[in-house]
Amino acid sequence: MQLLYENLEQTVAVILFGIGFTILLLQRNLIRKIIGLNIMDTAIYLFLASMGYISGRKAPIVVDGVTEVSAYINPIPAGLVLTGIVVSVSFTGILLALTVRLYRRYNTLDIDVIALLAKGEDA
Amino acid sequence: MSFVHIILLGMLIVCALAVSLTRHLLTSLIVYMAYSLIMAVIWMLMESPDLAITEAAVGAGITSILFFVTLKKIRAIREEGSHEQAEK
Amino acid sequence: MSKRRSDWQTRPQARIRKWFQQGFTALDDEIINQISQQTIQQPEVSQMMEAQREAMDTRRYERSLALERLERHELQAWVRTRGRKAIGRVYVALALAMAVLMIFFLLETVAHMPRFGDPNAPVTNEVTERYITRGVEETGAVNIVAGMILDYRAFDTLGESTVLFIAASAVLILLRIDRRKDGTPVQELIAAESDDRHYEPRADRILQGSVMVLTPIILLFGIYIILNGHLSPGGGFSGGAIISAGLILYLDAFGFDKAGRFFTYKTFAWVSFFSLSFYALAKAYSFYMGANGLPSGIPLGTPGAILSGGLIMPLNIAVGMVVSCTMYIFYALFRKGGL
Repeated sequence: MQLLYENLEQTVAVILFGIGFTILLLQRNLIRKIIGLNIMDTAIYLFLASMGYISGRKAPIVVDGVTEVSAYINPIPAGLVLTGIVVSVSFTGILLALTVRLYRRYNTLDIDVIALLAKGEDA
Repeated sequence: MSFVHIILLGMLIVCALAVSLTRHLLTSLIVYMAYSLIMAVIWMLMESPDLAITEAAVGAGITSILFFVTLKKIRAIREEGSHEQAEK
Repeated sequence: MSKRRSDWQTRPQARIRKWFQQGFTALDDEIINQISQQTIQQPEVSQMMEAQREAMDTRRYERSLALERLERHELQAWVRTRGRKAIGRVYVALALAMAVLMIFFLLETVAHMPRFGDPNAPVTNEVTERYITRGVEETGAVNIVAGMILDYRAFDTLGESTVLFIAASAVLILLRIDRRKDGTPVQELIAAESDDRHYEPRADRILQGSVMVLTPIILLFGIYIILNGHLSPGGGFSGGAIISAGLILYLDAFGFDKAGRFFTYKTFAWVSFFSLSFYALAKAYSFYMGANGLPSGIPLGTPGAILSGGLIMPLNIAVGMVVSCTMYIFYALFRKGGL
């Protein structure tokens, strides 16, 4: 428990990942499913960014020419997360476009109803 | 680990649960927007201003706009359908 | 028929169903069973008895067929009404259990991670040291993150911009509504459905007045963030997103006719084409010249000045243009199915 409290950021990230996963499994509304996917994304980013944090140090922007390792936090996770955020926006756009197309055809957002209707169309 | 930090992390979990438990879609979208903003503040506290500004602009701004416009589109289609039914 | 029957009867849900119904409906079956056993027990079997037994067998077979049909029908009805609910409950319980189990195992892992904020964690290795100590003199960027993603790891960023461009193309394929030269849509029904402009007030004076003040400021702020990407937090992505937010605000206030005067498909295509190819060419030149701190003929300038960092500022501008165009076209496609 003490260990979990010391790593509180990562604990919260794991719990958020679980919540997003549960939303993805249990919600039948397509838009809520997409939000759940986004929550899983941000949980991963929180985990990554918390790996790079070092207490007592500053953001990696060089001020007054100080270039010692002991002055700044780790910049690598920030760069990785920056890439991830933009990719998550792109796939959110594609998923929402697909949702609009599905709604235009079946007039519902419920994934079960859509599956039933699609099966009926096949038969 | 400061007090503010713990409160913000708790609010993250509350927001994530509220997204799933609220009844209206619009409410859960707004809660998701708040979630993104809290995330931006947490990144600011974790000394990653690059991430904070990107999350505030992209996550809370553009993603939410895309969600809202999708919702508006769906409502518009539904209203169109109900109008046609009423006319018939 | 018999194969199907045996298939049906060996299925677990049929067995469970049988077990459920044993006390109620299987009575006829048992009587038939008793009668047939009595006939079997008799040692001398006459011709008539044989025929009777055969008739009995057929009847039994038909009866069991009818029973099976009834069973299947009832099972289907049960599945349709209460079964779906029960299965749904089981599914919910299983999903929750799975999520809790996953969280438990991941928490077990987290408890063995290095402590939060530990300076000696294995994440902080020699790569970090190199980026921080030599980053400014090698890339010329004061912001080490910007120097990292646009110089050391620029290939990654090129792929990311390409992902954005591909996403915009995919949304274009999914949502575009073709229009003839005079502006009337080809797919008229879909266009009538998706054109949601008549649900909002036209030419709202308050909105237009505030947008007249706000949009230039938002655009200026976005440009500032892009141009200062190598000096302060921010860069191409966040600045591009802010610029696109300003453009979207303008589009919402003044409508597609006015926004279409400066942004069309041609603008999108040319801006994306020039930005991506400039990015690719610039990085190709950089890789050709050695890519990693070797002299490339581009002066790095004094760190901290606006004209420093070699290629980083032009690359930031290219990325920002791609991002802002992509986000704007996302919005326009969702709203109207075109520009």
